Amino acid sequence: MENLINIGIRSIFIDNMIFAYFLGMCSFLAISKKVSTAFGLGMAVVFVLAITVPINWLIQNYVLVPGALAWVSPQFAGVDLLFLQFIVFIAVIAAFVQLTEMAVEKFSPALYNTLGIFLPLIAVNCSILGAALFMVGRPYSLGEATVFGLGSGIGWLLAIVALAGVREKMKYSNVPGPLKGLGITFILVGLMSFGFLSFMGISL
Amino acid sequence: MSTATADTVKVAEPKEALFSPKNRKLITHPLDIDNPVTVQVLGICSALAITTQMKPAIIMAISLTVVTASSNVAISMMRNTIPSRLRIIVQLAVVSLWVILVDQLLKAYVYDVSKQLSVFVGLIITNCIVMGRLEAYAMANKPWPSFLDGVGNGFGYGIILMAVAFCRELFGSGSLFGFKVFEAIGFNYQGNGLMLLPAGACIIIGIIIWIQRSLNGYRESH
Repeated sequence: MENLINIGIRSIFIDNMIFAYFLGMCSFLAISKKVSTAFGLGMAVVFVLAITVPINWLIQNYVLVPGALAWVSPQFAGVDLLFLQFIVFIAVIAAFVQLTEMAVEKFSPALYNTLGIFLPLIAVNCSILGAALFMVGRPYSLGEATVFGLGSGIGWLLAIVALAGVREKMKYSNVPGPLKGLGITFILVGLMSFGFLSFMGISL
Repeated sequence: MSTATADTVKVAEPKEALFSPKNRKLITHPLDIDNPVTVQVLGICSALAITTQMKPAIIMAISLTVVTASSNVAISMMRNTIPSRLRIIVQLAVVSLWVILVDQLLKAYVYDVSKQLSVFVGLIITNCIVMGRLEAYAMANKPWPSFLDGVGNGFGYGIILMAVAFCRELFGSGSLFGFKVFEAIGFNYQGNGLMLLPAGACIIIGIIIWIQRSLNGYRESH
């Protein structure tokens, strides 16, 4: 249990998807002009990450790893499908995103209106595939992988809402012409990343 | 592959030369006023994450150019048969095939760099430059211009990557391609740890955008 909490806190603050690894930066910069839309996109990311990371964990450990197919029949014990990792992971993510979009559209039109437009964007959000690939590189169990996915999502949500809040205020400040828009946003992200560096000192 | 596509274009449109001004623009525009990183805001993740040294940055830029150009050609050839509702999955499948190829090649020939790039080779699949060019260009244009567009955007990305990696490696660890520049000219340089942190990369890109936009006069209305 303690271990799970550690992984959660680590993935939210210390190994924050945005400030430590820069994953999902494209949509992070493009959709962070208003707090409300940023929150919608962030929630969609949390949801998709929390589901796809465990699914990919199952696929990795029961299909792809050398010898993983032994549960089907002993003659598959020598099969190594790791070279298919990228295409399988991205297919799972894209299919899941499409399914969620259709399900949400059918059962909850209100949620679809706030979340729906962001869902197709998420299939190509690097943080989703990135989390799956990080999960593979670390010796997580299924429970730990789920917490890691959820934590990474929450960290991403935190980052995008914080940046959107700052950018809403930036509208009223006097920025030099060429630095306006993207330039100052990058410098802001850099400064926020400094802030998150202070979490590095926490030993878990 | 490029020569084959070039021939078909020639037959179909005898009037348009292979490197007509319009086609040349496809290469030169992404280098400056239509740069994928600093203007279109695409492909930022990898531009920030793998630029602590020059060598991985160059390998990454080449890999991305190869993937963008070849998947642009592939999608452009299939563009009339892809149903629009399924296009994202089709595009992802094509891109990930190319990325698997590039990944296996890197592992075979430059294993140390491949280890250093870790997940970021796989993340070329979701690199917005690749997807963005497929959506915005290859879905609506012939294979040869699409190929040029892919190469141009790959170079545009490469230039920014080089610039960022140059600053970060020079000021961060005082070397270029692992060669100790400051020591060679007899100057004792401590190395600025800030440049090696992710935060330093963000600020450098911000400054590069500032310089570029002061030079070419591009402004954002906010």
